[in-house]
Amino acid sequence: MGLTNSSTGINSIGADLHIIKKHPGDITVALAGNPNVGKSTIFNKLTGMHQHTGNWPGKTVTNAVGTCSSGCTNFIFADIPGTYSLIPHSAEEETARDFICFGEPDAVVIVCDACTLERNLNLVLQTLELHPRSIVCVNLMDEAAKKGITLDLAALSERLGVPVVPTSARSGRGVNKLLRAIESAVRCDSSALEIKYPDIIEEAVSIVQTAIESRAGTKINPRWLALRLLGNDTSLIRSYNSYIKFSITEDAAVKAALEKAGAILKENGITEERFSDIIVSSIVDTAEDICKTVVSYSNPSYNARDRKIDKILTGKYTAFPVMLIMLGVIFWITITGANYPSELLSDLLMGAESYIFSFLSLLKIPPAICNMLCSGVYRTLAWIVSVMLPPMAIFFPLFTLLEDLGLLPRIAFNLDKYFKKCCACGKQALTMCMGFGCNAAGVVGCRIIDSPRERLIAMITNSFVPCNGRFPILIAIITMFFSGNNLYSSLILLAVIVTGILLTFLVSFMLSKTILKGQPSSFTLELPPFRRPQIGSVIVRSLLDRTIFVLGRAVMVAAPAGLIIWLLANVSVGGMSILSHIHTFLDLFGRLLGMDGVILLAFILGMPANEIVIPIIMMSYMATGTLSPFENLIELKSMLVANGWTWVTAVSTMLFTLVHWPCTTTLLSVKKETGSFKWTVAAFAIPTILGFLICFLFASIARLF
Amino acid sequence: MDFLYPLSRLSVNKSATVHSLICGGEMRRRLQDIGITAGTKIQCLQKSPYGDMTAYLIRGAVIALRSEDAENVLVCN
Repeated sequence: MGLTNSSTGINSIGADLHIIKKHPGDITVALAGNPNVGKSTIFNKLTGMHQHTGNWPGKTVTNAVGTCSSGCTNFIFADIPGTYSLIPHSAEEETARDFICFGEPDAVVIVCDACTLERNLNLVLQTLELHPRSIVCVNLMDEAAKKGITLDLAALSERLGVPVVPTSARSGRGVNKLLRAIESAVRCDSSALEIKYPDIIEEAVSIVQTAIESRAGTKINPRWLALRLLGNDTSLIRSYNSYIKFSITEDAAVKAALEKAGAILKENGITEERFSDIIVSSIVDTAEDICKTVVSYSNPSYNARDRKIDKILTGKYTAFPVMLIMLGVIFWITITGANYPSELLSDLLMGAESYIFSFLSLLKIPPAICNMLCSGVYRTLAWIVSVMLPPMAIFFPLFTLLEDLGLLPRIAFNLDKYFKKCCACGKQALTMCMGFGCNAAGVVGCRIIDSPRERLIAMITNSFVPCNGRFPILIAIITMFFSGNNLYSSLILLAVIVTGILLTFLVSFMLSKTILKGQPSSFTLELPPFRRPQIGSVIVRSLLDRTIFVLGRAVMVAAPAGLIIWLLANVSVGGMSILSHIHTFLDLFGRLLGMDGVILLAFILGMPANEIVIPIIMMSYMATGTLSPFENLIELKSMLVANGWTWVTAVSTMLFTLVHWPCTTTLLSVKKETGSFKWTVAAFAIPTILGFLICFLFASIARLF
Repeated sequence: MDFLYPLSRLSVNKSATVHSLICGGEMRRRLQDIGITAGTKIQCLQKSPYGDMTAYLIRGAVIALRSEDAENVLVCN
C-alpha cells in the first residue's frame, strides 16, 4: 500500500543491488528470509524508518535501504523481498536472490518465523552454502511462545554453526542483540554447516569446483557455484555472468569439467531433474533432522483458533457476506467519521481566507495577484485538506488494520476461483487490494505475480479499484446527491466498489481472451496466521504518513493546477475566457457522456492527482461567476445544481471517477515495470475507452426516462 | 497399503504423506520450496467457498493450491 514516494515506484527500483558505503568501516547487511516473517518490522526497528508492514506474503517487492549505528559501527541494512529459496520464481524473488548472491553484503541476516522454523530452514541452509558469514534471526518468538512452541536455540546455533538470535521484532525485543551478533560475526570466521550430498553428487561437484577455483575473478563461493552450474539454473547463471562480466560456461576449464561431471552423473542415471531433486531433498531432510532436536510442541492444536476464524472467513456460505459486511463497515466508519473533522477544518480554513487576503493586501501585492493566490491556490488547498483528507485519513488506517490482521490472503483465497475463470492469477486479488491505497503501489506490487502475462493483466486492471485519491470524490458525490444517511451512503459506495471489482474481472477476462491470451499458470498462496494488529502504531503511522503524503501532493499538484485554472478563467481571448473556450469545446462531448465540459476538463487536469478533480470543477463554476464561495457540501450541491447537475450527472461522474485514465504516477509505474511503451498505452487506453463507453451507455439510457 | 492418489482428492481434515511429484520444471521447484517433498505429511484444511483452491497444512504453514496444481502431488495414506 503506497504511502511514500519510495513505495509508489518512483524511487523504488533505484535501490536494487549495490549499496554504497559512506565509510570503509561500514557494515552492509542483507535482511533475507521467507515471505511474511517480519523482515520489514525488524528493518523498521533497526533503522527507525517506516517501511510499510503488513501480514501477507509479498508485501515488500523492492529492496529498501536504511542505516543504523551502534557504538562506533555504522550498519547499512537492505530489506529485501521475501523468498522461499534462492531459486527464484518471480521478479521480486529474483531481486532478493540477486542481492544475496551478488550484492556483496558483509553479512546476511536470515530472518525466520519461529512457528514454521522447519520450512524456513530451507532458505537458511541454502544461504549458508553461499554465505557462511550469516546470522540466523528467529523472529516471532512471542507468537511461538503463545502457541506452545519451544525452541532450543543453542542447539540450533550449534548445528548450523552460525550465531542464532531470538527476536520479537514487534515489541523490539532482541533487536539490539542482533546488532551485536552481526558486529561480532563479521569480525570472525564462522564454521557454517555444509550440507553433505550423496557421494556421487559430491564427486561431480568437486570436479567442477576445482575448475572454478582455478579461474581467477569468479568472486563467489565455488562449491555453491558448482552446484548451480550442475543444476543448470539458467536464470542464476545469466545474472552471474552479467555480474562477473564474462560467461562462466564459456571458460574452457569449467566447460570441460561440467562435461566430465555431467557424464559421471549420467552414468549413474542422474538426470538434471533428478539432480535438483536430490539437492532439494538433501536440504529438506537436513532441515527436518535439525528441527527434530530443536523444536518441541506442547500444544499440538496450537492453530485451532486460526482454523475456526478461517472457517468463517472462507466458509462456503459465510465468506462473501462477511467480506462485504466488513468492507461496508469500513465505509460507514469512514463516511461517518469524516463528517466532523471535515466541517471543522473547512470552517477553520475557509474562515482564514479573508484574513490571508487582507494580509496579502497589506503587503501591497496587487489585488489581481491576491485574488489569484486566494481563490486559486489557497482555496484548492483548503478544499483538499478539509474534504479530501479526512476520509483518506480514516479509510487508510482501517484498511491497514485488516491488512495487519492477515485478511488480504483470505480475500485472494476466496476470489481465486473467479480470477482463474478469467485466466488470471489469484494473487491479483492482493494487488487489487493494494490499489485501494494507491494504484501506483498496486502496479509495482504486481511483481508478486510470476507469469508475465498475468502480471500485465493485473497492472492494466489495477486502476478499476478507486485509490485513496478517488475515494473522497465518490463519497462527496454520494453524500450530496443520493443520501443524507450514512448507512445508505455506505451501501451505495459499496455498490460502486463492487462494480469496480466486477469490471476488473470482466476486463481481465477479455484481455486473456484477446491480446493477452493464455492459460492460468500455477501459483501457491500462503495463508499466514492471524496476528493482532499493532493498533496504536498503525493508526499513528498511517495517519501521519497519509497526511504528509496527501499534503505534499496537494502542494505539488493542486497549487499549480489552481493557478492554471485561475489564469484560464481570468485571461480572455475574443471576449470569452480561455476556460470558457475549453469548456465549450469539451461540452458537447462531455454531455454525450452525461457530464459537461467542466467535469471532463477537471478529469483531464486532474491527471497528476485525482484529489484535485472536485476543486477544479468547483473553481471552474465559480470562475464563470455563478456562486459565491461555498462552505460545506450542501452549498456545494446547490452550486452544482445551479450549474445543471442532475442525478444523471452525478452517477456519470461517479462512473467516470471509477473508470477513466490512470493518474500519471500509475502510468509511470506501468512504464517502469513493463519497460514497454505499448503496454503503458494499453494501461491508459483500456480504462479510458471503457469509461467513455460506460458513461455514454448510462447517459443514453437515462435520457430515455 | 500403498494406494496412491493425487493430493487434490484428499478430503478436508484428512492427512496423507507425499509419495512423489509428477510435474517438472517451475512447478516442481515451487512445490519443493514450500516444503512438499517425498515423505512430507500434508493435512487438508479447507476448500475455498466455491471449491477449487484448497488450503493445506504443510510443515506448520498454511498454503493454498489450485486443484490442478495439487494434482501434481501424489500422496498415500
